[in-house]
Amino acid sequence: MVMFLATIAYFSWYLVVKSKDTINSSYNARLNTFSEKVVRGEIRGKNGEVLARTVEDSEGNEVREYPYENLFAHAVGYSDSGITGLEAAAGQYLLTTHLNLLDQVNNEMEEVKNPGDNVVTTLDPYLQQLAYDALGEYNGACVIMEPGTGKILAMVSKPDFNPNTVSADWEWLISEENTDANLLNRAAQGLYPPGSTFKLLTTLEYIRENPGTWENYQYECEGSMTYGDSVMSCYNNHVHGLLDLRLSLANSCNTSFATIGQTLNLDSFHSLCESFLFNKELPVPEGMEYKKSSFVLDGSSGLSERVQTAIGQGRTMISPLHNALITATIANGGTMMSPYLVERVESPDGKVVKQFMPQSAGKLMTADEAATLTNFMVAVVNEGTSPSLQSDSYQVAGKTGSAEFSSNKEESHAWFVGFAPAENPEIVVSIIYENGGTGGSVATKGAKKIFEGYFSR
Amino acid sequence: MTNIVIQVTKYIMLVLILLYTLATYRYLTLKTHKGRNRACGMQLFCMYALHLTGYLAIILYTGDHTMFYFYLAQVVFFTLYLVLFRVFYKKASRLLINNTCMLLAVSFIMLTRLGPERAIRHFIVTAAAAAVAMVVPVIVKRMRYLWRFGWLYAAIGIVALGAIFAFSTVKHGAYLSFDIGNLFSLQPSEFVKITFVFFVASMFQTSISFKRVVVTTVAAATHVLILVASKDLGAALIYFIAYLLMLFVATKSYLYLFGGAAAGSIASVLAYKVFSHVRVRVQVWKDPWMDANGDGWQILQSLFAIGSGGWLGAGLYQGMPEKVPVVRSDFIFAGISEEFGGIFAIALILICLSCLLQFLWISTWMDGMFYKIIAFGLAAIYGAQVFLNIGGVIKFIPSTGITLPFVSHGGSSIMSTFIMFGIIQGLYILKQDEVDRIEKERQLERRRQALYAQRYGKGPAGPRQSGEGRRGNPSGRGTNKKG
Repeated sequence: MVMFLATIAYFSWYLVVKSKDTINSSYNARLNTFSEKVVRGEIRGKNGEVLARTVEDSEGNEVREYPYENLFAHAVGYSDSGITGLEAAAGQYLLTTHLNLLDQVNNEMEEVKNPGDNVVTTLDPYLQQLAYDALGEYNGACVIMEPGTGKILAMVSKPDFNPNTVSADWEWLISEENTDANLLNRAAQGLYPPGSTFKLLTTLEYIRENPGTWENYQYECEGSMTYGDSVMSCYNNHVHGLLDLRLSLANSCNTSFATIGQTLNLDSFHSLCESFLFNKELPVPEGMEYKKSSFVLDGSSGLSERVQTAIGQGRTMISPLHNALITATIANGGTMMSPYLVERVESPDGKVVKQFMPQSAGKLMTADEAATLTNFMVAVVNEGTSPSLQSDSYQVAGKTGSAEFSSNKEESHAWFVGFAPAENPEIVVSIIYENGGTGGSVATKGAKKIFEGYFSR
Repeated sequence: MTNIVIQVTKYIMLVLILLYTLATYRYLTLKTHKGRNRACGMQLFCMYALHLTGYLAIILYTGDHTMFYFYLAQVVFFTLYLVLFRVFYKKASRLLINNTCMLLAVSFIMLTRLGPERAIRHFIVTAAAAAVAMVVPVIVKRMRYLWRFGWLYAAIGIVALGAIFAFSTVKHGAYLSFDIGNLFSLQPSEFVKITFVFFVASMFQTSISFKRVVVTTVAAATHVLILVASKDLGAALIYFIAYLLMLFVATKSYLYLFGGAAAGSIASVLAYKVFSHVRVRVQVWKDPWMDANGDGWQILQSLFAIGSGGWLGAGLYQGMPEKVPVVRSDFIFAGISEEFGGIFAIALILICLSCLLQFLWISTWMDGMFYKIIAFGLAAIYGAQVFLNIGGVIKFIPSTGITLPFVSHGGSSIMSTFIMFGIIQGLYILKQDEVDRIEKERQLERRRQALYAQRYGKGPAGPRQSGEGRRGNPSGRGTNKKG
């Protein structure tokens, strides 16, 4: 008797809570048949801009149209030759209609398809364009988020493609000669070494392991140091001189962090990184494709790996989206917000069918820790590696990074993660330029464009 | 246009099954004959109307007019079944008869929608099974010596299950059935569960000494172990649960109940460790996405079906239940939920629950230990089967691969369910007879007293115990007599 009632309760729970996410899977063949009865709804930007819509061509066939062409290629995706991005993740909403019953019956009588619901996203075409232009000709990715809510305001990946012609270009896009991997959404699916941006977590671990005494940390940088049989040097062998923890981060001093790395308890470092979702699933919305970041250091790792990992090299890998999440956590006082792309679902006649709310993914650090890291990241701009981000009208907190991906030290990806205004963060930027060169210059310039653009609007 | 008709029929059927369910529970709360008759009338109206609506939708959608004759054949079957039961067994539980018809009606509609050919074959098997099972109540009622054959039941059960393990063909990774020709396959575990219940009831009816309990447990465990070895885990679990509950009813010993449950838990962990297919089932239950194209496929398809149908359902032919593997038998609940809707599916669970309540009620009602254990054992089997089936389909528990009584496709399942319900009906009739006889004796007694008073003036009549007249009723150890 109790079992029966429990069964009914579970069944109801499944139908109310769980089923929407479950059925919205590419394994569910039913999704395809919905399109026989419903015209796929529109995907819209934050302010109602049409990012994707279905129109009829001259022969009366339904065609999916993407007015912004390449701009939203990865974020919105395509629904021809397979289905990706929001077209896939929000497919269930787009192919369901909440049109009022009368109109539905009317359409049924006239044997006209019902229009599907429209999906309003968190994407802001203005910011998307800023990010797109900031990347310029480089391959790479950029994610812009709102730290307090987890809304993804922009998500760009390059090289890109034109979703309007994806079918026509398909052969080329997937051909072996094309090594660009245009279809890959690097923002969520690209894994890169975090480079010096990782020093934020190394710093946090050091603070946690040395409560009350980390403020006394001092290191005399001589531009290079030896560990074991190897040499670690700072960028351009620059001699930073006497540094405390704040200035170590501000100047991104490799030798200082290498020294810190040797003192850290590796198991607790490992668990800190896992609490920041390395090796873990990210709290992304259902249906969003991404790759898990990895952090392999633990108590059994050797000296070289410890040192390399502490400065963000080694075998650590992270996606631009994940780096944005970590930065947003700092900006948001220690609470990670689950990122999301769909703001609400509207019926064709404009009624809100479903509203998505910001959701916390957990308190990952204390407000004090977040404030300390923010303070350090402000020092990066005001006293450290990124003076070009200084501005009179807003204060940026950030961290640059160059991620070496080959033995040739000249070849590296350029990172920037940061947010502004530092005291009351409105946007978080995570941007990477593949092969962008060492130091932070390319990435800093790009970030500058984005912040300038955002605050001058 | 057809779509509108389909949608309208969907809502009609939804309303009808809700009314039916309401009437069912009214029946359970009502005490008077008049009220109960009215509730039964309501049930029958809803059943016929739902059946008609379903077939109208099928005929309209497919344009297959032969389906009309199939529909008529079913109406004749239901009517004959109802009438014959009324004629032969006036005192039978109408609730169970009506529920049987309702569950079958839903089953026929769904199976016809999934494929008329197999539905027709299933209908023929069902009709035959119903006809055969018609004699079950009278056997139970007349053959008062059924309790004498304790070891014979065990022998039949163990031999049948053993034979299946030794000679049968493998289907869905388990040794389940004998194929008889190409037409028919026999699944002994469906029938052995009935002899199993009779065996346990016979053993405990004469004694519940420790020795007897041990001996019976060993024989019962043999049943279960053969099933485990045949990889028929769902059946093994059902037998186990049923045995535990019957043991508890017979002995009233919580020690046995909890000890048995603990032993069962340990055995489950062992099974998990030893059998890879158990591990697969559990893993798939925990995370079906891990192997979405392989082992997780079935449960995911089931969840897609249920989820896509939602509360109101897609309407007949508007979903894709055929995407769910074995949707006709083990996973029919997913198909029903998809096209008839979640509310309809819950109503279906409630109807099954009302059958279970009736079973349990009869069990507590029976005086003789033998009959009491039988009723309780059958209730346990029925309840466990419904729970394991639906729980498995909706991923509440790991899927065990068993049928939903009266709803799933499958001859053995239908036949054994008919027999189970027939036995319960037999017990119900026995009890009704007894009640009537007591009532009659009381009336007689009252009349005699009145006569006595008339003749000899006021004075007490010789006290007579009205319940004395029971003959040959195997009333167990003489306890539990209510008089």
